[in-house]
Amino acid sequence: MGNLTNKTLAIASLGAAFLLAGCELGPKQGEQTGYRGTGAAQVVDPETLANGVGKAKPIPANAYDTPADTGQRASEVYQNVPVLGGISADRFNHMMANMNNWVVPAEGLPASEQGCNYCHNPENMASDEKYTKIVARKMIQMTQNINANYTTHVQQTGVTCWTCHRGNAVPVNRWSQGSDDPRSIMGNKRGQNTPGVANNGFTSMNYDPFSGYISGPKADGIRVGGGVYTPKAGVSTQSTEKTYALMIHMSKGLGVNCTYCHNANNFQSWTNSRPQRAVAWYGLKMTAATNYEYMTPLQSVFPAASKVVPHDSARLGPKGDVYKVNCQTCHQGVNKPMGGVSMKAQAPALWPAPAATPAPAPAVIASR
Amino acid sequence: MATYQNIFTQVQLSGHLETGVPLGPGNEARVGKASASYWMGKIGNAQIGPIYLGTLGTASIFCFVIAFEIIGLNMWASVNWDPVQFLRQLPWLALEPPGPQYGLKVLPPLAQGGWWIIAGAFLTTSILLWWVRLYRRARALGMGTHVPWAFASAIWLFLVLGFIRPVMMGSWAEAVPFGIFPHLDWTAAFSIRYGNLFYNPFHALSIVFLYGSALLFAMHGATILAVGRYGGEREIEQITDRGTASERAALFWRWTMGWNATMESVHRWAWWFAVLTTLTGGIGILLTGTVVDNWYLWAVDHHFAPSYPATGVVDPATLPAAGGAQ
Repeated sequence: MGNLTNKTLAIASLGAAFLLAGCELGPKQGEQTGYRGTGAAQVVDPETLANGVGKAKPIPANAYDTPADTGQRASEVYQNVPVLGGISADRFNHMMANMNNWVVPAEGLPASEQGCNYCHNPENMASDEKYTKIVARKMIQMTQNINANYTTHVQQTGVTCWTCHRGNAVPVNRWSQGSDDPRSIMGNKRGQNTPGVANNGFTSMNYDPFSGYISGPKADGIRVGGGVYTPKAGVSTQSTEKTYALMIHMSKGLGVNCTYCHNANNFQSWTNSRPQRAVAWYGLKMTAATNYEYMTPLQSVFPAASKVVPHDSARLGPKGDVYKVNCQTCHQGVNKPMGGVSMKAQAPALWPAPAATPAPAPAVIASR
Repeated sequence: MATYQNIFTQVQLSGHLETGVPLGPGNEARVGKASASYWMGKIGNAQIGPIYLGTLGTASIFCFVIAFEIIGLNMWASVNWDPVQFLRQLPWLALEPPGPQYGLKVLPPLAQGGWWIIAGAFLTTSILLWWVRLYRRARALGMGTHVPWAFASAIWLFLVLGFIRPVMMGSWAEAVPFGIFPHLDWTAAFSIRYGNLFYNPFHALSIVFLYGSALLFAMHGATILAVGRYGGEREIEQITDRGTASERAALFWRWTMGWNATMESVHRWAWWFAVLTTLTGGIGILLTGTVVDNWYLWAVDHHFAPSYPATGVVDPATLPAAGGAQ
């Protein structure tokens, strides 16, 4: 009898463990964030609450004290510096040193893939022969554009290379187009019904909620409900699922509940939303424009997988489109990337004067 | 230790198996030989079969198997006939209705929802045939037709979801996919799309009747089991010849809540609650998108829900600097 009870207990606890496998262990903290009775509450991990970043890597220390913007301009000292040529040569060198730490740090990579040589030909630093240099230049313009023109989303905190890269040559959190449905029923998931392949949080909804919504030029068609209760030619329930999947991505990407922005009683209503929803709205516009204006034009620059380019060196998605950014690319599970710490003091060159238009983009192909 | 435990049927009778009442003209013969199962006897009647299949039953089962096969084979094909992936991903797999671009086209391409139409047609045929069969069998036994009419209420909700509302909306894309998680995700998206279904008064009624059904079922089941030691399970006899079991059951409720249902009326309560669950639910679904686009706003406008204080947030799309709708 005793044995039987033990066995039953063991099986029961195994079963309970299995059922709880999806849960996150540890204490949680609840906080009311809106009017009573509206379900406006956030449940957070106290660790994330305390340090603001959860388990994210700490921001690397400044390579060395940021030099003053005085003395010779970078363009006077170096050749072929169309974007950062206007800052001092000292600041330029400092910027390059920080970029090494942020994007290609010396951590277990072959020499050709770390440090300066990841983008530069050491024999001729001015040469644009490596595609990575073309990409890096475009990314600096992208960062400047975000910091200058999207303060509605990034405020005065802004972004740097580190915000997305976090010590990886290719940011870990990225997206590319989902595969097209086959014409037959073979392997045909109708763009959905695939657990664990994307950011849709183990739902059966769209595995690519990004194409069309945040692929640019504007973030279009995300809204599904109207501001009036009478019916009008509206969005189908099927399209609603795509928006829903995008919202789940945002929720996961920021580590927040729906009610971080929305009022649970009527998700559409702006007058009952939290101010964070407007910030997120500008974020979607920023993401769509960033993908359209900066990522997609690099498509011909990035190597695709081929006979000479091994799969792990390829920089294009399975459909041949460039990897693009979404909310998680910067946020990485916290509502304010890196706990809301600004890195402006480490990289003032990434904050051009707000009114100034970013330097014109050099033709990305010409110099190859 | 208690000697009377009625979690399982305690007493099983064995003897000659029942063949059933003689069938009149126009009926087919019952199929299969009767047998007895001790374990089925634990939870119900020990006798298995014979079954009355008939033309309607055969046709209904035939149509159901076709629908089931279409759905299952589409799901299996969607994982390239991989049996392991079929089992692993089964809760996520689906047979999806056609996309909005096809409107109400009778037969879109098979891989783009055509199979969904065919499976739906066979499933609907199967269910309707089964309804006629229930009706005919109830009549053949000289019973009332309460069971088929209760089933009809469930069929009403099924048809609203998959046929009537999509037709009124002009698109098969409005219908529900066949699949476990897919139909649940559809439900959540549907509620969000139409401004929160909880503010739909017919949805609210449906929930009242659903939860009420569970409450009534618990009360009635518990009452009958509790008077089982006095023969309370013989409800039908006790309707006409009230014995101590029936009297005690009635007294229990009259003493505890001041009033009691009777041996017959409690079944009317249960029947109406169950029937109204799907009847009101179907009305609620039918009005969604066809008459009302946002239930929360409807509810505020009709003083059915409170309007909460504004947070002062403005839709940025309405600001001139923001550059248009999103």
